[in-house]
Amino acid sequence: MSGLTFPLPPVGRGRGGGGADGTAPLDPDPPPPPAPPHKEEESRVAPFRPRRSLAYLQAAPLALVFLIFLVIPLVLTGIVSLWEYNEYAIIPALTLQNYADLFDGCLSADLCTTLRTYLSTVKFVVLTLAITLPLGFAIAYFLAFHIRSGTVRMGLFLLCTIPFWTSNVIRMISWIPLLGRNGLINDTLRALGLIRQPIEGLLYSDFAVVLAFVHLDTVFMIVPIFNSLARIDRRLIEAARDAGASGAQILWNVILPLTKPGIAIGTIFVTTLVMGDFVTVGVMGGQQIASVGKVIQVQMAYLQFPAAAANAMVLLAAVLLMILGLTRMIDLRREL
Amino acid sequence: MDVELIGLTKRYGAAIAVDGIDLKVPSGAYCCLLGPSGCGKTTTLRMIGGHERASAGDVVIGPKAVGDAAPAERGTAMMFQSYALFPHLDARDNVAFSLKMRGIGKAERRAKAMAMLDLVQMSHLAGRLPSQLSGGQQQRMALARALVTGPKVLLLDEPLSALDPFLRVRMRVELKRIQTELGLTFIHVTHSQEEAMALSDLVVVMQAGRIEQAADPRTVFERPATAFVARFIGGHNVIRVPDGLVAVRADRMRLGAEAGPAALPARVVAVEYQGTSVHVGLDADGLERSPESPAALTAILSDADFAARPVGLGDTIPVGWDASAAHRLDA
Repeated sequence: MSGLTFPLPPVGRGRGGGGADGTAPLDPDPPPPPAPPHKEEESRVAPFRPRRSLAYLQAAPLALVFLIFLVIPLVLTGIVSLWEYNEYAIIPALTLQNYADLFDGCLSADLCTTLRTYLSTVKFVVLTLAITLPLGFAIAYFLAFHIRSGTVRMGLFLLCTIPFWTSNVIRMISWIPLLGRNGLINDTLRALGLIRQPIEGLLYSDFAVVLAFVHLDTVFMIVPIFNSLARIDRRLIEAARDAGASGAQILWNVILPLTKPGIAIGTIFVTTLVMGDFVTVGVMGGQQIASVGKVIQVQMAYLQFPAAAANAMVLLAAVLLMILGLTRMIDLRREL
Repeated sequence: MDVELIGLTKRYGAAIAVDGIDLKVPSGAYCCLLGPSGCGKTTTLRMIGGHERASAGDVVIGPKAVGDAAPAERGTAMMFQSYALFPHLDARDNVAFSLKMRGIGKAERRAKAMAMLDLVQMSHLAGRLPSQLSGGQQQRMALARALVTGPKVLLLDEPLSALDPFLRVRMRVELKRIQTELGLTFIHVTHSQEEAMALSDLVVVMQAGRIEQAADPRTVFERPATAFVARFIGGHNVIRVPDGLVAVRADRMRLGAEAGPAALPARVVAVEYQGTSVHVGLDADGLERSPESPAALTAILSDADFAARPVGLGDTIPVGWDASAAHRLDA
């Protein structure tokens, strides 16, 4: 019978244990250890936790997918960015010439092409964020706080996805009859006698590009912000009202701070989408506006793969830096 | 400040949650609204606090009817069920929140918040977020937050229900201490008759949107107004006698030889040892038994009495009560 020994779970360091013998400790409600106290439950069942290797095994399929479809292509791109090329061939030899070409002249007083392209792209990021953030927040707020019926909410969510019901190219071509020189808007304004000459800037302009970005990307702002908003306990708002907060004060002091993770995720979505775009800027800008994605696409079209790869690596680094800056402002891991 | 409810009514469509109740809570009293879930006690509390609009009737706090006034304009503060602490603010900023909303400067509001945290013995944890605090500590923090603006009436919505039993008793004492120290009117919603008995100067037993009885705890226990009150506060047997219903305290039941001439023969269906007393469950012909209770009658015997004349499951013994112990019920 000596074999029948069971590992005993560690004696809980839970509170209240001192009261069992009738002698209440001076402070039966002691502060929990500085580590998050809800972990206490886990440590109690620790002896029965499955072995570590099982957890790795469970994570393996997704890790494999990431390895094959993300890590390997990235490494290959990185390698190609270091190769030489001429008009006829790509030569597998290590060189930093592609990167040197990219930043050629960037140290002089005038802005080099690359820097100007990045500035133009970042400008679109800023403009798009400036519109999608308040717009997405307002829509998400409406969906989360004003719509009580789940069916109606689902229906309205579907409405938000209408821009995705057709392909990107068709969607953008469809802007032409609306915004063009003889499009619906110009014709209407002329018919009403409000303008004599058609407004030129509606299509093939910064305005058109930003409009298309907003049209497309707002939903990526709505969904994460809605998620954050939906998780806010409604009693917090009542508690704030009980404390005498006005509507604006509740928004600023309670709702916005608690929506920060959603705002951060939405901002990451929109930033990466706009930074990497080449179709929207091309079509809506009438092929006249520079963007980083467009440059890469053109280089690919001319089979300058090493140059395109170098450009892509720089773009990747730039986007990662922007996301890093964002996560510095909002600690996503703590908030989620 | 005293609180008066006049014909206070809350309707949700056709359903009536609170049905025209009248109540006067004197200044500085500890009042418990007691009742089963769905009896309208929380809705009543929320109407007093201005978080729910009354369909009819009025709430008078101190000298003035508050009508549709915003919560912060009533001189009330509410402690919410499960506390509703702001998860992104530490204890000090949670407590200072309402001061910030009033535009009080940072240094001043933080000093006041620290003083409040001192009152609830939490000042050493001022920098912790709610998620880093235990249930009892969160409760103290919520109390400090409710008290920081100096309300005249504190409204507590099931403040102890999230705590484990041991802590509940301790926080109960603490609530009473703070109420006495500050001399505030407390209105406390609970479904625990034990809590209501232990804390209140005024117990308001509610059912189906109406007040069944409002009196001090001793009166409620000694002379329950209705069968519902007698059953809900426990410790009573509600017995149908030829001319109506009477309530007899379970500890005034007499078994065996003491049962007297009017005794009924009864069958023992449960014997529970409770330490200082023994609860004996009894069934007898002609006595109705509610579906949720294990026996038609309960007799509570002191442990010494039980030891002197023990009974066992299945025994049949006479059961009766002193005529003076029977309290006539209205309905």
